[in-house]
Amino acid sequence: MRALLAASVSAVFFSPAARAQQADPAKPVVVQPGAPGAPSKTLPSSTRAILPPRSAADVGFMQGMILHHAQAVEMTAMIPSHTQNKDVRSLGARISSSQSDEIKFMKRWLASRGESVPKAMPKMPGMDMSHEPMARMPGMLTPQQMEALRKANGIEFDHLFLVGMIQHHNGALTMVKDLFDTAGAGQDAELFNFATDADNTQRAEIRIMETMLKKETLEEKR
Amino acid sequence: MNRLPSLALCVGGIALIFGFAVNRTQAQAAPPAAPPQEQAQKPASPPSDSEKDAEDEEENPFAPEPAPTLPPGMAGSDANDPRAQLAPGLYNAGETSMGIEHLLLLKKPDAFQLGATDPDDPKVETMVGRLGMGNNKKIPKPAHLLIAQLAFANSDLAFQGNHLFQGNFYGMSIYDISNPANTKLLTSMVCPGGQGDVSVYKNLMFMSVEMPNGRLDCGVEGFPPEPPPPAGEDKDKEKKRHIPVAQKDRFRGVRIFDISDIKNPKQVAAVQTCRGSHTHTLVFDPNDKENVYIYVSGTSFVRQPEELAGCSGEKPDKDPNTALFRIDVIKVPVAAPQDAKVVSSPRVFIDARTGAINGLNNGGTHGKKGSEKPADTNQCHDITVYSAIGLAAGACSGNGILLDIKDPVHPKRVDAVNDPNYSYWHSASFSNDGSKVVFTDEWGGGLGARCRPNDPNKWGADAIFRLKDDKLSFANYYKLPAAQGDTENCVAHNGSLIPVPGRDILVQAWYQGGISVMDFTDPANPFEIAYFDRGPIDPKMLVLGGDWSAYWYNGYIYGSEIARGLDVFQLMPTRFLTQNEIDAAKTVLLADLNVQNQQKIEWPAKLVVAKAYVDQLSRSQALPASRIAELQKAIKSAERSHMSKSNMAKLKGMVPSLEKSAATAKTPADSMRIHALADVLKHPSA
Repeated sequence: MRALLAASVSAVFFSPAARAQQADPAKPVVVQPGAPGAPSKTLPSSTRAILPPRSAADVGFMQGMILHHAQAVEMTAMIPSHTQNKDVRSLGARISSSQSDEIKFMKRWLASRGESVPKAMPKMPGMDMSHEPMARMPGMLTPQQMEALRKANGIEFDHLFLVGMIQHHNGALTMVKDLFDTAGAGQDAELFNFATDADNTQRAEIRIMETMLKKETLEEKR
Repeated sequence: MNRLPSLALCVGGIALIFGFAVNRTQAQAAPPAAPPQEQAQKPASPPSDSEKDAEDEEENPFAPEPAPTLPPGMAGSDANDPRAQLAPGLYNAGETSMGIEHLLLLKKPDAFQLGATDPDDPKVETMVGRLGMGNNKKIPKPAHLLIAQLAFANSDLAFQGNHLFQGNFYGMSIYDISNPANTKLLTSMVCPGGQGDVSVYKNLMFMSVEMPNGRLDCGVEGFPPEPPPPAGEDKDKEKKRHIPVAQKDRFRGVRIFDISDIKNPKQVAAVQTCRGSHTHTLVFDPNDKENVYIYVSGTSFVRQPEELAGCSGEKPDKDPNTALFRIDVIKVPVAAPQDAKVVSSPRVFIDARTGAINGLNNGGTHGKKGSEKPADTNQCHDITVYSAIGLAAGACSGNGILLDIKDPVHPKRVDAVNDPNYSYWHSASFSNDGSKVVFTDEWGGGLGARCRPNDPNKWGADAIFRLKDDKLSFANYYKLPAAQGDTENCVAHNGSLIPVPGRDILVQAWYQGGISVMDFTDPANPFEIAYFDRGPIDPKMLVLGGDWSAYWYNGYIYGSEIARGLDVFQLMPTRFLTQNEIDAAKTVLLADLNVQNQQKIEWPAKLVVAKAYVDQLSRSQALPASRIAELQKAIKSAERSHMSKSNMAKLKGMVPSLEKSAATAKTPADSMRIHALADVLKHPSA
């Protein structure tokens, strides 16, 4: 009802402009349709575009995801010294590359909107940041899990890495779901595009890692 | 891996922004960008004197990515091409072209502008302020424009009669193209929701909507955000939602408008779908004129069942009714569009043997280096239907697929392909005879610079497949041959056929890589025959822009420029394409064009079409020069005599010898051309 009332009020309000525009057929018009079945209204030629509201959840998502991604990058950084497995190495390089790229994108998104950009990595390599309050995001590995990963080598590392990264990626999917399950979130076009893309990429990587885990189990049984 | 140290040095937002400001000042004082070959070895900006500056440089998130080194065995694009080093600018960028004349650029309508294109404009300041941004004084000036690069971006094009329809994430525009060189804006329709891809059929216009700000009533206000929790409240209380996320006024799906009054489009229906509509495809049923169909490709998140009943985003093992792993088919009764509804949701990725609905696995990755991303085949990005041959080509994220669409409501997958160099299967075009399909790979999602000298020319490229007996087989790649800068988003994107008889020619948009016209008559040897390009919008940071689509329609090429507006071009003769070939293409006049609904091109039996074939046979030396001269002379005499009986008889008399030559032609393409030429000469018109 309120929407209807608003529409009719603005229709009345804008009608002089509408008449003026119709009088000059060469002049382009700006129109805004109504809901299905409702009439369209003419807007003044001075109409400019307006961005949808940005929500605190959007900013929190980006800030959180930078830290979330940073842990993935930290995990992949262990690979060269912890395993010779070619598939794990290749997958790790891919995750590291795409997530570093995305960290940069998220920083740009925040910086161009005047929001603060979180520290992406601990101050010293190898220092765990999982205890920081911002770090308790879905799927993130606990300090114990990170420690176990750091201590593992070879096949044990591969297994912990894959299980850990699947958990980590599933957490990212939860973060995307939570974002879109928050009222008014995800309306920013760039953020929407990024979250959609990240969701698709991580789903694909989860499938690849699940296949690798299955293969690993089969090989152990042999 | 080598990025780790730089990330570790990151010291937070404020330092970052100050670092950025410092760098911009330095960059402006520095000499122009280094040659691309050098850029490959080091970061894109000039080296700094002190280590501190180097650190700042790495922290600047707006600095373009240094081009990675080429993987072994891969080749990049040509850094010496005139397109590689054009001057930057939004409206004053350097331009260069070959075989294409740029007739005009119409700036994006004001209704789709943030208020100004100059970051120093007070209107931009006001807008930035109104958005409640942290502290807008700290935002680097040029970055002000970055907040709205996608929200008001121009998208896909459709055509009908003398009207051009240009989609926009914020609505769409209608242009009068009765005089293409003097194209005029008629209508800007405000109706946000992205991407705003459009199709037209008779008095109906269809539009894709996928974003959560889309409203049934086309309102621009979106939906109010959840207020942040009051200070001091603990984490658990934060979970309490004050506003429900499900909104009955939200719209994600396909809108249908009545465009009987071109200056007053009216929304007549809005068909909701679980994932919204990233793109859509108009589909005709040859046996049913009462209805048209829309294939909906949704690529984003699945909404809650509270908002749209039955929607589930679960994995297939948890919920066999998941909205993932399917497309949706909308049936639109042409006389009663308000009754349009989803009539089927085909499981086009099903494994016919096991019945698993997620039966296609991707696998197309870019090897071990580079920012490649695997794609999950739970969606189609775009589908091109070709009803004349009963097939559709689906570009479906991790795979290219072929669908039998003889029953349009129940498309069935008949083939699927993969490619080791493909990242994201994005769109498809058939050759007119249906013997080839050109797929595109949108590596980097269209937002990245992927045509740098060291980006492999097999990544983010077209992949041309032969199509025979419902089977696709790979022939070759085609990528924009010219290297582009690191601030130009560039990758294969939307294109259409140019109806030059006797050849397969595609005009295609490459975002800020410009427009490239490609001949793929021989699918194993595609080559460029014309191009247009302008410099980057900004030299120091990537600002989204470039042509989204470039389509040929009734004699002209139209480009939908994301940031700048609408481009209009015409082809010019070169050694790759003669005036006769261009004129022959212009004989094909369509009543409308929706590129993803491919229609069979038929050429009239005009002498200019014959002349185009003769030019091609001369170029390929399929006939000896003496016979070419003889044909040219006979055609000229017929034209001069206004098709006198004796001259017509002479043309007809040449047919038997031509048909004999066709049988011995060296290539199938030449054989086809000679046959087609003979057909025209039997009963030519002026």
